Amino acid sequence: MALLAQYVVGGLAVGSLYALVALGIVLLYRTSRILNFAHGDLATFGTFIAFALISTAHWPFAAASAGSLLATALVGAAFFFLVIRPAKEATLLGKIVITLGLALILQGATAVFWGTDTKTMPFPLSDTKVYRLGEVVISQISLGSFAVGLVLMAGLYVLVQRTRVGLAMRAVSQDMVAAQVLGIPVRRIFALTWGLASALGAAAGILLAPVTLLDPYMMLDPFLKGFAAAVLGGIDSMPGAAVGGLLLGVVEALFGAYVSVKFKTTLAFLIIIAVLVIRPEGLLGREYKRRV
Amino acid sequence: MENGRSERREAFSRERTRRGVELRQRYEEDLYLVRGALGWTALLALIALLALLPVLAPGYFLYTASLIAAHIVIAVGLNLLVGYTGQISLGHAGFVAVGAYAAGILAARLHLPWPAAMAGGGLVAALFGFLVGIPALRLTGPYLTIATLGFGIAVNQVLTNWEALSGGRSGLFLPKLAIAGTRLRDHHIYYLFAAIAAAGVWVAFNLVRSHIGRAFVAIRDSDIAAEVTGVNLTIYKTLAFAVSAFYAGLGGAMLAYLLGFLEPQMFTLFESVYYLSMIVVGGLGTIPGSVLGAALLTILPQQLAGLKQFLPLVYGATIVFVMAVEPWGLYGRWLRIKLWFKTWPF
Repeated sequence: MALLAQYVVGGLAVGSLYALVALGIVLLYRTSRILNFAHGDLATFGTFIAFALISTAHWPFAAASAGSLLATALVGAAFFFLVIRPAKEATLLGKIVITLGLALILQGATAVFWGTDTKTMPFPLSDTKVYRLGEVVISQISLGSFAVGLVLMAGLYVLVQRTRVGLAMRAVSQDMVAAQVLGIPVRRIFALTWGLASALGAAAGILLAPVTLLDPYMMLDPFLKGFAAAVLGGIDSMPGAAVGGLLLGVVEALFGAYVSVKFKTTLAFLIIIAVLVIRPEGLLGREYKRRV
Repeated sequence: MENGRSERREAFSRERTRRGVELRQRYEEDLYLVRGALGWTALLALIALLALLPVLAPGYFLYTASLIAAHIVIAVGLNLLVGYTGQISLGHAGFVAVGAYAAGILAARLHLPWPAAMAGGGLVAALFGFLVGIPALRLTGPYLTIATLGFGIAVNQVLTNWEALSGGRSGLFLPKLAIAGTRLRDHHIYYLFAAIAAAGVWVAFNLVRSHIGRAFVAIRDSDIAAEVTGVNLTIYKTLAFAVSAFYAGLGGAMLAYLLGFLEPQMFTLFESVYYLSMIVVGGLGTIPGSVLGAALLTILPQQLAGLKQFLPLVYGATIVFVMAVEPWGLYGRWLRIKLWFKTWPF
């Protein structure tokens, strides 16, 4: 029983990071109906910026993280203004292809700037220092990332549900034209959403860095898991993304422990396909339907 | 000015759909693949060039040419699915992998001759295409993209981890191509692959002009309208997936024989994006575009071999640039240029 609780706690810690990645994807999809395949590479880029600020510019960790989030948000917003908006007549496929192109650009730029060898990110929390909660052991780093993840999720919830900006974002996601008519600056809201989503990705990347080490492909796997979590929870539902991420983390940990470690990664994609076939709208998503 | 632009755009869209501005009065005239003396001259010149390539080009280019042939088969198949039927596949490397490994296992473990192994690769991939096509019936747009993405990655993961089947990371070696016990030389392989690619392109040209191709296009433009006018979505969507996967599998089998070695990391998400960028750069929904895109994106990395680290950057920038400037790709640009000269000086 203690072992089971241990796996669940470990799964929740990983799952909170999947949830952060998923929230970024869902936030952008809800507002602009764009599936951002560059999300993982934006996050990697942001993590490398934090790494550069710490190791080259010798900023303290907190300042470097804040700087990285800001820089990533700017890159995301710039991408909206420079590429997505000029190509606004693009079809769905066109938009997906554009974000794939951006993913390649960012991945390439990261590899060119910082090289493809793995790097270690200095991190203020320790992997070896552990806390005991009854029989369950949790490392400082897992506890820290879980806490930061929860705080960021709560902050996002407050921003979207309790502020005027959040209200504008929800209005744009419901009906863009109506929002425009009512005087909401739709372009700025889109740019803000791109920035916010990118910053969320960078936060997830920084929290993952001590576990995965830094290389230009570090976010590929977490990004795909985040995607799976978003689909599981419902791709247009923010609580769904959070629940989906945590659930995926736990299920994956249990699967790895009791069934097969090798096929742990495959599980996420089988879950995606199963969810899409059985319940395409996801656990908490609204009904999956479209107009003729 | 604005008026002139919209007229030009209209003329362009007519050109795109009819591939020519001459008046056609009978249905048969619309069916000719090659038109007029100019068309035949161009086709014969192309065939002559391809036939003489082993004499004209340096030896190492024959390998590139064979690689282009395999990529053309994959790109044409992908374009049938994405460009013609409008079903986005972000897991095409999965189908290519299935075809390559099926051919590899048939040839290396069951010792079948290569024609049987290649056909087997295509057919096994087609079966997988059919299976992926079934859930695809219920999914559209972004949801379908995610499902195919999941398929591609699941195939990669299974091949990596199921070592008894695939040989895992240590790889799977294929026997060399041979006819009646004689090993094929580089230029033989080139002729063989060029012939397969040409056959694939010819079949695709004919397919898209048949009732099947018209059903594909109807589904792309509006699947509900297509269903109302009597296109059976279940049959044609799964058919599109199966045909496209057959091409991918055949191309995968060609790749397998060309490289003589298979490893799961040869078929990742990056390869899926790579195949997709071929048809985007060449031109979505056009067969010549797929050929152009496959050729260009195979030659480009070889020429940039010294700048390998810049490759993703170049690809990404090319994709974004093409999408922003010319969404119909290289072939669309070619049609625009042709139209400009045809209607010159207007």
